[in-house]
Order: sequence, then structure tokens, then C-alpha cells
Amino acid sequence: MTGPTTAPLGRRPAALPADVPVIDVDVHTVAPTIETLFPWLDTHWQEVARVTQFRGPTDTAYPPGAETSIAPEHRERHSVAETLQDIRDHVLDPWGTERAILNCTYSADAVKNPDAALALSRAVNSWVREEWLAHDERLRGSIVVPSLDPHESARVIDEFGDDPRFVQVLLPVRAFAPYGNRIWLPVMDAAARHDLAIGLHFGGTPGHPTTSVGWPSTYVEEYVDMASAFQAQLMSLVAEGVFDRLPALRVMCLESGFGWMPSFLWRFDRLWRGLRREIPWTRLPPSAYVREHVCLSMQPFDVPSTPQAFERIVDQIGSESMLCFATDYPHWQADSAEQALPPLSDGEQFRAIMAGNARSLYGTRLGG
Amino acid sequence: MTKHVLCAARELAVGEHRVFDVDGRSIGVYNVGGEFLAIRNRCPHQGGPLCEGVQVGALISEEPGTYIYDRPGEVVRCPWHAWEFDLRTGTSWFDPEHQRVKFYEVQVLTGEDVAGLMPPRPGMLPGPYRAEIVPVSVEDAYLVIDVGHIPKG
Repeated sequence: MTGPTTAPLGRRPAALPADVPVIDVDVHTVAPTIETLFPWLDTHWQEVARVTQFRGPTDTAYPPGAETSIAPEHRERHSVAETLQDIRDHVLDPWGTERAILNCTYSADAVKNPDAALALSRAVNSWVREEWLAHDERLRGSIVVPSLDPHESARVIDEFGDDPRFVQVLLPVRAFAPYGNRIWLPVMDAAARHDLAIGLHFGGTPGHPTTSVGWPSTYVEEYVDMASAFQAQLMSLVAEGVFDRLPALRVMCLESGFGWMPSFLWRFDRLWRGLRREIPWTRLPPSAYVREHVCLSMQPFDVPSTPQAFERIVDQIGSESMLCFATDYPHWQADSAEQALPPLSDGEQFRAIMAGNARSLYGTRLGG
Repeated sequence: MTKHVLCAARELAVGEHRVFDVDGRSIGVYNVGGEFLAIRNRCPHQGGPLCEGVQVGALISEEPGTYIYDRPGEVVRCPWHAWEFDLRTGTSWFDPEHQRVKFYEVQVLTGEDVAGLMPPRPGMLPGPYRAEIVPVSVEDAYLVIDVGHIPKG
């Protein structure tokens, strides 16, 4: 399948008026093989790859062949998003996408050798920049960092953060310590210094239990429970005062779902009333920080897809400016192009979700 | 009559507080550094006995990791859900506009002033009566609270 596809996601849905701009905040490339990265790896690491079994990170939150990893229409190829043409044919062209954020969820945090993790992260960012961003002005990138080492991560952000085509720092949502912890301040500072958002992405930190109560037995448990990791990270960022330190910092939750957000905010606000003395730097209820600093990608869509249910959730979240459209290409989240849209008729809120909210979060780096 | 004599001022030492029943209202009176502050002993949240909660300072922060401990003893935390209330204003910390507890002015008056507040008892007839006279001095100071004209409850 090389030409334009007639598969579900591969067309602009009829319900999407022609004049509605589209910003897709979550489009994926495959994780590059270590050989693909050779042009950006120095001779030492090339040799390590040639003479040993070291392949870089081999873990992925989206195992090849898992139902969630690839939409059915692409499954015959086993892998898509291998080339820029794939992304053009399957999403950018048919959807008339104005901007798409390219997220290469390269598990640099799976590599325990800090020098290898650093070299590979740099190589991936160079590969993204030169092989993808440079060839299609609709694409914007996310900086991969060796997140087991916050200081090295900050160095990588400084190296690539001046390139305006990168819009965020990609951090796996599961981490060895919550991101509000002060050990991460170098990363947060570097992101703020370059006016980059933090993109929290599904997955991360292989080797640690994937739920807060220990190892689950199945993939479905890991997948469903990822929502709790997003809650834990937002909670930590608010409680540890990261947004008080860095008032301009923004966070995009990618593949987080959003149906959990109302109950999370209710609970956090309620307990904060009695427990805020522990974190006296928080001057506003936690929900106010989350509403001001955080956005969520809309796929996977984890609430009932009726307009009534959706509007109710948005009302309970208390903000119409937090949800952002995403296809999550090539992952299988929507069975039809229509399903990828917010279940709303065209209007101010619909257009905010399709583009405006992402534009506010990412700011001028989105361009255009 | 909205003014009530609570006790002699010396009965409430610095750092102490006591709950009084004032005309059906439960009110906590605090001696904060020699100044007397009073709030209703009823949390506006769920009616908890506010004045049984711990008395703390007003804690603020300029940035994460810093703690500015201010106004020792001027904040009370409800024993039920730990909400903080300012003894000086009755306002809650987290939502001073909407969540607040009634606070009262406490006056320190001399015995003579206090005697002047006492109404004549109904049904008393004017004398002359004869009785053994014992001289009484009213040199002490007394705590007097004005609960205004708010409804009981």
C-alpha cells in the first residue's frame, strides 16, 4: 500500500467542514533501528552495534502486532509510518492537516548505559530533524531525551531546543520518579528556557512495574492503568510547585485519555483544602494549575461518544481549552475518520479542539 | 443585650483557649500573645467542632521549598478535615470569599464597666432593705464578647 488509502483514517471525514483547520498533536514514526541511526552515531557506537548484540532500546509500549499498535487497515504491512510518504498518504494529505506533531516514542529510558542513551537520543533527534522535519513543513517534532539522566536530558534539550521545528520535550509518562520531583528540575528548566512544552507520552521505564500496585498479568491491564500514571505525574507537577517555579511551562498529555480528569480534579481539590499546608507554594486549587498548564490529546477516546456524554465531561473538567485533536496514527484508536473527531457539531468548541487549543499550548513554534 | 461577660481575663493565659456557651452559641476564645480572638466553634464545612482543632501559624511560601512561618497561633485547623481558618478574620485559607466562620470582637473591661453592663433583675422591688454589708472590690479585668444580633443556632 503506497498510494493514498481508502482506509478509515485515511480520508477527511464528511463531518469536518472544509474551512476547519486541523492540528494533529499525535502522529508517530516508527522507532528507528540502530542501523538507521548510523549517520548520526559516532564510530564507537556504530562499532558497538556491529560487533555486539546491542540494538538500542527494544522495549516499546506498542508491541508490534498488538491490536492497539496498528490500525487494521495498515496491518497487512505489519509496520507503517516507516516513511514520510506513509504519513503524508495516510493522514497529512487526506485530512488537509495544517500541522502535525511527530512523536517518535524512542525508549531511550530503556538503555541503562548513560553514554549510549545520550548518543542514541541525539541521533534520533538528528534523524527526526533531517529525515522528517526538513522535508515537510507541516511536521513539528518532539525532542527525545535520555530521561534516566535529567542533567544529560537538559543538555540534549539545549542542543536541539533552538531549532523552532521542535515544539516539545517528550517524556515517557512512567518514570523512575515523578516529574515534579526536584531531580527533574534540569529538564523542566531547560524546557522552559527554550519555550518548549513537555509532552508526556504513554509508556515508559521498562523494568518497573507497570501499575502502582505491582506487575499486572496482561497487556490490557497495563494499557488501562496507564491513566493512573498520567494522574500521578500531573499531581506531582502541581504538588511540587513546578508550575509555581515555571509559570510559562505547559504540558501535553499524549494518549492519556481524559475521562478520568474530572474525578481526579475533584479529589485533588478537595484534599488540597485540608492538606495544602504541606505544599504552601500552591496558591490556587490544583485544578486551576491543571486547567492553565495542561492539555490532553483526544485519542484514545475513553468516554462515551455521544455529544451529551462528551459535553458533560468537558463541563466537568471545567475548561473547553484542554482537549486537542489527534489521530494517534498509526495506532488503532478510531474505527472511522468520524470517530476521531470530537462528537460535537461545528462551532467554537469544535474548532478549538481541532486546532485552537494546540495552537495556544505550543505557541509560536507551531508557526503558520 | 448582646454583650456577655465570659470570665476574668487572667483565667485565659497566653496560648490558651476555651470554649464558652454564649446565649446558646458555642464560641472559642483564644489568647494569642495577650490579644483575645474569638470564632464560632462550628466549621462552615460540615459543622465540625472547629475550636477542638490544632492552633497553628499562617504558613506561606515564596517559592517551592521555602516556608514562611507567620503570625504564630492565629490559624485554627478543623479537627474533621483540617481546613484552616484565620482567627483574626474567620476566613478560610483556601476560599476566603466563600468559606468563612463567624468571628467576634472580645473586649477587656474593668469590673466597674462590667457591672454597668448588668441589667436590673426583673421583679426586683426598690428598698429600703437592711443587710450586713461586705465591701467588694472590682479591680479585676473581664473578657466581654459582643455576639450582635445574629440568629442562634
